Amino acid sequence: MIEIKDLHKSYKMGNNSLHVLKGINFKVEEGELVAIMGSSGSGKSTLLNILGMLDELDEGSYTLDGVPIKNLSETKAAQYRNKFLGFIFQSFNLINYKSAAENVALPLYYQKVPRKERQEKAMQYLEKVGLKPWAEHLPNELSGGQKQRVAIARAMAAEPKVLLADEPTGALDSKTSYEVMDLIQKINDEGNTILVVTHEEDIAHMCKRIVHLKDGVIVEDKKVEQVRAEQYV
Amino acid sequence: MFDLERWQEIFDTIRKNKLRTFLTGLSVASGIFILVILLGFGQGMRNGIEQEFKEDASTSVWVWPGVTSKEYKGLNPGRSIQLVNENYNNATEMFKSDIEYASPRIFVRGVSVNYGKEALIYGVQGISSDFQFIENASISEGRFINYQDEVNVGKVAIIGHKIKTDVFNEVETPIGEFIDISGIPFKVIGVYKEMEDREEERIYIPITTAQKAFNGGNRVNNMSFALPPVENFDQAVAQAINFKNGLREYLQQVHTIAPDDTSAMEVWSAMEEAKRYYGLTNNIKLFFWFVGICTIIAGVVGVSNIMMIVVKERTREIGIRKALGAKPWSIIGMILHEAIFVTAISGFAGLIFSMALLELVGPNIEVDYVLNPSVNFNVAFSTVLVLIVAGTLAGFVPAYRAAKVKVIESLRDE
Repeated sequence: MIEIKDLHKSYKMGNNSLHVLKGINFKVEEGELVAIMGSSGSGKSTLLNILGMLDELDEGSYTLDGVPIKNLSETKAAQYRNKFLGFIFQSFNLINYKSAAENVALPLYYQKVPRKERQEKAMQYLEKVGLKPWAEHLPNELSGGQKQRVAIARAMAAEPKVLLADEPTGALDSKTSYEVMDLIQKINDEGNTILVVTHEEDIAHMCKRIVHLKDGVIVEDKKVEQVRAEQYV
Repeated sequence: MFDLERWQEIFDTIRKNKLRTFLTGLSVASGIFILVILLGFGQGMRNGIEQEFKEDASTSVWVWPGVTSKEYKGLNPGRSIQLVNENYNNATEMFKSDIEYASPRIFVRGVSVNYGKEALIYGVQGISSDFQFIENASISEGRFINYQDEVNVGKVAIIGHKIKTDVFNEVETPIGEFIDISGIPFKVIGVYKEMEDREEERIYIPITTAQKAFNGGNRVNNMSFALPPVENFDQAVAQAINFKNGLREYLQQVHTIAPDDTSAMEVWSAMEEAKRYYGLTNNIKLFFWFVGICTIIAGVVGVSNIMMIVVKERTREIGIRKALGAKPWSIIGMILHEAIFVTAISGFAGLIFSMALLELVGPNIEVDYVLNPSVNFNVAFSTVLVLIVAGTLAGFVPAYRAAKVKVIESLRDE
């Protein structure tokens, strides 16, 4: 599904160049649930941004579902993002003047899905994350966990090939974190490919594979016995 | 533009950001409002000044003799100049082809005027039949003095409408009533109307009667002329000045007045005066346009300012939309679409509101030199269009920049 070869990325900071990713080789198969771990500054967010086509790579190659991702125009990148990827952010990034249902329906708007169908689909995914009764609520009327579930529903709504979650539990308490992880695991159980960036050990162990990043290189890549989040909920 | 989905998205945004939309709209609407009102009043002043000049025939020329101020050909300054019938007759003969109407005038002084037992304190003036057209007086009842009255030295009088309402309020019509001027009964044969009340406080009698019955001899106090109308304003002014100079030259010659002595023989042309006022109104109009355009510019700056703040405020939202697959042009389109829509609606609201105000209040304004302020709809309409276009351009730059910002930058934690 995802194939990265010899990926380099550096940022220019004035006269200095900051080499963030120093040759990453990395492969994700369909249906995997991968945790990308590392302390801050290890390059995990940069990696995720490149995977999410939010940032461009300097060297190396990136293939997503057989499509080479390189030198994309803004428009093309937007198209691919819409078609291939669903994002889940630490700070939820819901549009605050739109209701939960409207937020979920937004990626479908950019897929040119008709309004009625959008609404139906949005409700369907909200039901999936257990928030159907909150469909008409604005984000600031929801709790953190609920917001993240709306964000997950939104990421799912476009039916992407890969879900990218950047510290999805970073802003949540542990109980809510487990609820969110439970949801992510269930989505994975249905065969979706998910990448989770985290620095929390317990969250990482709820995935099926942990990739450890340190100073821009992968220091460890291992399959783990998945801890089901359900038992903590 | 005709994408229904886009419209729905925009209405959603507008509905949920009422204050922002309202403020943008207000600045646009007030810009248009102020411009239209200013232009309306510019036009109003023009109308008002035109109206003031309608009191007399616009081509009228008036001659007022005075006192010489310069020594000339051995004659002392300080001589009073007295016009006589001969001057008038010669002048009309000399400039026959230039003149359309002409009338001498004499002020009858030292007479008492009575109607029944009531003493009237109105001025009595002797004039000829053409005077009606020079003064632009309209006849509301009866008739004006005619040539026959002059030849027959008729004892007839014309009174102003104000005299009728002040004095003849007990009879149905003053026509046929007699007024007594120093013991001589004059039959009222007409009532005239003027633009201003003070010009209706006169009693006109034939000039021949005035000269013969009241010791006028062959004296004339002033002369007035009206020139034939000319289509072109500049030509009319040139004609008036030409005539005025010729006439003055003749009168200065016969009365032995220094050519540069303006106080001895004043010749006044309404046309020339009008030209000055037209120049003034043009300047006023120009000034109002200038102020109006500055207002519009302020409006455009306001709109672009708001647009910039809006875009700034929505940076995160734009980032989210882009992450979800919005293309750069769809972001620009969305912001511009909203800007155009809000500008157009509020622009036309301001237009309609200000035009309604001018329509309602305009005709009721009773101030000198302001009459029926109104504005050309096409001008106002194009102004709104200009504002919309300018607002669009003003919105485009921030929108374009917002669309180009990298998603990760716009999503970076606040």
